[in-house]
This record gives sequence, structure tokens and C-alpha cells, in this order.
Amino acid sequence: MKILVCISNVPDTTTKIRFVDDNKAFDKNGVQWIINPWDELALTRALELKEASGGAIEKISVITVGTKDAEPVMRKALAIGADDGIRVDTEAKDAYYVAMQIAEAIKDGGYDMILAGIESSDYNGSAVGRMIAEFLEIPSVSSVSKIEMEGGNISLKREIDGGTEVMETELPFVAIVQKGIALEPRIPNMRGIMMARKKPLAVVAPADGDALTEFAGFELPEAKAACKMVDEDNVKELVNLLHTEAKVI
Amino acid sequence: MNFEFTEEQLMIRDAARDFAQRELLGDVIERDATATFPTEHVKKLAELGFMGMMVDPKYDGGGMDTVSYILAMEEISKIDASVSVIMSVNNSLVCYGLQKYGNEAQKEKYLKPLARGEKIGAYLLSEPEAGSDATMQRTTAEDKGDHYILNGTKNWITSANSASTYLVMAQTHPEKRHHGINVFIVEKDSPGISLGPHEDKMGMRSSDTHSVMFTDVKVPKENRIGEDGFGFKFAMKALEAGRLGIAAQALGIASGALERAIQYSKERKAFGTEIANHQAIAFKIADMAVKVENARNLCLKAAWLKDNGKPFTTEGSMAKLYAADIAMEVTTEAVQIHGGYGYVKEYHVERLMREAKLTQIYEGTSEIQKIVISRGLLRD
Repeated sequence: MKILVCISNVPDTTTKIRFVDDNKAFDKNGVQWIINPWDELALTRALELKEASGGAIEKISVITVGTKDAEPVMRKALAIGADDGIRVDTEAKDAYYVAMQIAEAIKDGGYDMILAGIESSDYNGSAVGRMIAEFLEIPSVSSVSKIEMEGGNISLKREIDGGTEVMETELPFVAIVQKGIALEPRIPNMRGIMMARKKPLAVVAPADGDALTEFAGFELPEAKAACKMVDEDNVKELVNLLHTEAKVI
Repeated sequence: MNFEFTEEQLMIRDAARDFAQRELLGDVIERDATATFPTEHVKKLAELGFMGMMVDPKYDGGGMDTVSYILAMEEISKIDASVSVIMSVNNSLVCYGLQKYGNEAQKEKYLKPLARGEKIGAYLLSEPEAGSDATMQRTTAEDKGDHYILNGTKNWITSANSASTYLVMAQTHPEKRHHGINVFIVEKDSPGISLGPHEDKMGMRSSDTHSVMFTDVKVPKENRIGEDGFGFKFAMKALEAGRLGIAAQALGIASGALERAIQYSKERKAFGTEIANHQAIAFKIADMAVKVENARNLCLKAAWLKDNGKPFTTEGSMAKLYAADIAMEVTTEAVQIHGGYGYVKEYHVERLMREAKLTQIYEGTSEIQKIVISRGLLRD
């Protein structure tokens, strides 16, 4: 059995967000890149499943769509324990484009389980996982918070309004995973970092096709107003401020 | 010239940072207050391979370079210098010395478990009356043919209680002065070894420091490292490498204090604005940042020299001297920026200041570093 984990290269959450080109593009200068947190948890769960599978899961691969900037996070994924990686060498333009590139690159790879984080922490599109399944015409299950494997049977638990649902599906399939899928991402160890040097990281040319959408512009939220402290006895002033300044009552 | 780190070096730095944030930050204040050894923390550090990160993989080490080691030491030390001194002694004094000068049998038996971090190592050179003047070893190692008998007392031994493998310097031929000193691998549970009380230190309180007494301790001859009389040279060579670890530790203490000072000065308000907007504070931050950057560059330069097989004694001493001295200055300023909050434990900087002080003292005081540096320059 082979698992594929889709990896998105995203800016660290503490990054100062700036835009260039008339606010049409994100300024990548000086950005520290990390594995999208959902994808990192997906990889963690894939590794746990492989370790517990007694050899039934033979390989975990990772894939990303991105330029050379994305290589360090792919190398980290290999250091954490993925066996090999693929980088589709092109800018990730929109969800459709990314899903199409991934589907093209893996369609003959024989993957049985494809994991994708529920969203990326930068653009939050929540679309790639589903689209990959559509491109490949295979089943997909969304909002998966638990994956269990016993014998050859895989069960997927998903969060639904007011409860949970347990599903089974035929192989291959795409699971779009969310919180709970694994507790904590792994820290790569020295041995893993050393072995990552030798693990294959294939760079493939993008398939023909283009994005369906483009960014017309980005806007940053307005800076938060300063916090005003009101004395606890001064209810009158509080009401007054809420009415005249904050205009909420 | 290239100031870029490799992908791998950055990965190691990030791994050390994640580890420190996740595993050390939570209870560092409590362990410092109660002087509790970080047993579980060191075990996890070992699982990640940090306890023997520069040892050749054929002896179960991480096979990483010294630049990576500096980056990792800085990150761990930003959060917890007690843990980083345990890591430093194990890596750059004990494992380094064993790998460079031990024979195959010694490496197989002692280096491998140390590199895996299953065992902790300690380095026993200082004595009650032999600190900076390490030639004055009073501990004796009497040659009895197939074994030696050790007698004497060692002082200020980092990890003395938690370590299983000791590297002990002792005098065999007093008439030859320091050329008569030998170095031995001694198992801590050997009969005749006893520990003094836990030293109640100013800082790095979560690392365990004791004196160690040797009374007729029998050490097999095969546990001597190198030729007869090699001990003093061994001790100095190990310290030369060890210094880089402590330099990076001092750097980490300083950069940790700087990070906290920056964060605090952007949050704390006085006279109607964040104190970072007051020039008195902003200029302090600028001065601190320049010092930290200089210390980092010195550490990395010395590490780069070592990695490239070039002499690094002078540069290593410069890094250690400078980083330790600025660690004291930067942490003191960080406390000042925090005002009253800096003087209480919750804000970490008072602890960093206490930790910084030790870096000017151990593994060669700042004054000894000046001897090393000036001799390097003045000798023909």
C-alpha cells in the first residue's frame, strides 16, 4: 500500500504580511517557509499508520507544487520520515491549477491513500483535496479527524454537525484531514536529517494548463485600535464610549 | 565568502528551536527554582540525536558539522542553559575527545552509548586547587601494571550525578609535571567513587554539579586514552573544542534575552506609548543586537574553521570570551528594560542573567581566554 501526502509550502504564521505589484502579489522577501500545519499533521498520521502496519504500508510519498523555494519544506518532510518526494516545478497559482498539477503528476503512481490538509494556512481555499479526487475520478472524504487501519480495512471518522460519522471507502481515495488527525507534528531527528540527503526528491515539469482565477488585489485589515481602559466603577463612561466612540450600542 | 546556511543547517536550527519551545519552556522556571535535573528532557534530546550530533555515524552519532552544533546550542540556550550545558559537555568535551583520541575498543564500548545519548558523559579536570591552572593536578593515578589506582578530588563537575561515563585527568608522574598527567575513562559506579553534595548554584540550577571523590578506584589500563602522559594535552584539546559549545551557549543566552527585551518593549507602555518608542530603550536594543550579531559571527567563524580542518584555537577563544562577556551585558540590559518585571522569575531574564555569569567562568574563564588569544598573537 502506498500513501501520498500533499504538502503546501506556506509562510510561517509569525510572518509580517506585505504585498507588491500594486497589492496583487504577496511579497516573498525574507519569508520563513513552513509545511502547512494541516499537511504536517497528515504526514504525521501517515507515518504512524506506516509504523503500525507491519509492512503493509510500504511507502509514503510527499508532493508539492512550487518553485525552488519549496525545497526546504520538502526536505523536512523527508527528514521527518517520508520515503520520497515530488516537486512540480511551477508557481502554485490557484487551487484548480495546483490540483490539476498534482493529479497529472501522480495519476500513474499507484497511490492508495492520498491525504491533503483541509486548507492551507495562507490562502485558506479548502479546495485542492476535493479537486484532486475529481481529476482522478476517485472517492474523497472531507473533514476527516481520524484514520484507523485494521487488517486491510481503513475507517475514516469525520466531524459532522452535532456528532461524528465513520466511513469506509474503496481504494484509492482522497482524505481531506483536519484537527485531531494527529496530536503533534514530529521534530526531525539527526538520523532523519542525514537520511533525507539521500532520499529521492524528483522535480517534474508542470503539465499544460492554466489557473482559472487570478488575484485582483489584496488588502490588509485595518490596524486594531488601541485598547481603552475604563475604571470598573465608571459604568456611565463605559456606556457613553460604547455609544459614541465604538458605536455598538 | 558565503553567509548562507545550508538547508540542513537550517533544519537542525529549527528542530532545536521547536524542541526548546515544546519541551523546555514549559517547566524551565520550575526546574531552575527546585534545581531538578531534566532527566526526561535529556532523554528526548537524545532521541532527536542532539546528544552526539557531531559524532561520526559509524559510532552512532548524528554526523553533523560544528556550524549546525552552534545553531542548535544557540536555540536550546535561548530557553534553557541548564539543558544546553549537559548537551555541550556531552558533545564537545566528552564525545569529541573520545572520537578524536580514543582507540577503537574504547569508541565501541563508551563512545557509542554516549553518542546515542543513552549514557551521559562528564569531564573531570578541575580540582579544589586546580582551576585555571590545570597543570596542578593533585588527583593521582598510580600505575599498577595492568591497572591504575586513582585517588583525589575533582570539583565543579557538570552532570556528575547523572553521568555514567567519566573522563578523568590524574597525575601519574609528578616529577614530569603536566607531562605526567593521564586521562582515563572511568565508570561512575566503580567502587571507591563518591559524590559531594549537590552544589547550590546561582544559575544553571537544573544541571547537577558535584565534587567527585576517588578513593583507591581501580581503573583497567585499557581505559587510559592515548600514550602515557597524554592527559594534559587531551584536556587542552578537548577544552579547545568545548569552548565553542560554551561560546554558543553564551550567544544563545544573550540572543534569548534580546528577543525577550524586544518583545517586552513593544508591549509595555510608559508615557503614553510603547517603551520601544523611547530612544533610551530603542538604543539599548540596538546596542544589544550589535553585540549578539558579533558574538554569532565569531562563533560561526570558529566553527567554520574547525569544520574545514583549519586551526581554530584563537578564534574559539575570541568567540568564548566575547560571547560570555556580552551575554552578561545583554542580559543585564534586558533586565533593565523589563524594570521590576525583569527582577522577578516569571519574565525569564533574571534567570538568563544568572546563567550568563557562569559562561564567563567555566571551560576557561574570560581571563584565561585572553591568555590564549594573546599568546596566539604574540608568540613567534
